[in-house]
Amino acid sequence: MSAHEEVLEHGEGAGTLTFVKVWIALLALTGCEIFLAYEQVPVILMLTIFIGLSVIKAALIIAYFMHLKFERLSLFLTLYPMLIFCILLMLIFLGDASRLPFMRPGP
Amino acid sequence: MSTQGTAAATSVWDGGRSPYAVNSKKFGMWLFIISDSLTFSALLFAYTYGRVSNPNWPTPFHFSPSIIFSSIMTLALLSSSLTMVMAVQAMNHGNRKAAGGWILATMAGGALFVGLHLTEWLNLINNEHVTPAHNPWDVPLFGATFFGITGLHMTHVITGIIYLGVICQAVFRGKFKAIDVEVSGLYWHFVDLVWMFVFPLVYLLSAKI
Repeated sequence: MSAHEEVLEHGEGAGTLTFVKVWIALLALTGCEIFLAYEQVPVILMLTIFIGLSVIKAALIIAYFMHLKFERLSLFLTLYPMLIFCILLMLIFLGDASRLPFMRPGP
Repeated sequence: MSTQGTAAATSVWDGGRSPYAVNSKKFGMWLFIISDSLTFSALLFAYTYGRVSNPNWPTPFHFSPSIIFSSIMTLALLSSSLTMVMAVQAMNHGNRKAAGGWILATMAGGALFVGLHLTEWLNLINNEHVTPAHNPWDVPLFGATFFGITGLHMTHVITGIIYLGVICQAVFRGKFKAIDVEVSGLYWHFVDLVWMFVFPLVYLLSAKI
């Protein structure tokens, strides 16, 4: 590995203060989720908000704690579009789940 | 050599250098993380499908102890991620003693998580009479998905603690490089990341109100 690449790998990145800020943000988002769990909200809406908040938390962890924000874009483009596409393919079936309770025959 | 030839030789895709500018160990760990993400995605999707499609889905998680315990477990994992980041930073600055200390703190966070999780499991098995195949509400999918997902995640946490233990003793003995600590950190953050989905989807969505 060249000296330039060594600097790229270890020299760039966030400082301790940034990591603490991210940690506080993650705790705050978790607090929002716990608060929401005790509100009277329809399951589908609650699920959507939970997944939205979890995606934000995951993005913070991946970008800062896992350092991906400071890696080359080519690494992100190699790893993540495929993963997101596969997850979206699975989510196509989620509509069926919300329709199923109304499709069951009555007593 | 022609101008075109020189341009080709300096291309990052021309071989001889990494187009990603990352260590091969780190790239390998990233590939593992992506494949493991798909495993957890499929399990969580199967759980969510069952949860949404069944109006009689059980909600056995009382605020005390289940939600309180799982919230403390979340705090423990998030805090252990922060200590892991500090370990990587200390190692990058060549401070092995501090790095080893931060890794030990990370392992303690993981151990607290596992301890609380096992207590929570025992509470569910003994007090709510939930097992992987049976429960009082006749929704066998609940136990199967709950123990399947949280069990696989806990296995990852225990594996992570062992992995960090191996790295930690090597760091104290002056072996391994900063990249090895960073790669183990990637794994640990991934375990934390998965819990960010398991906690709201499995626990909070089935909280007893």
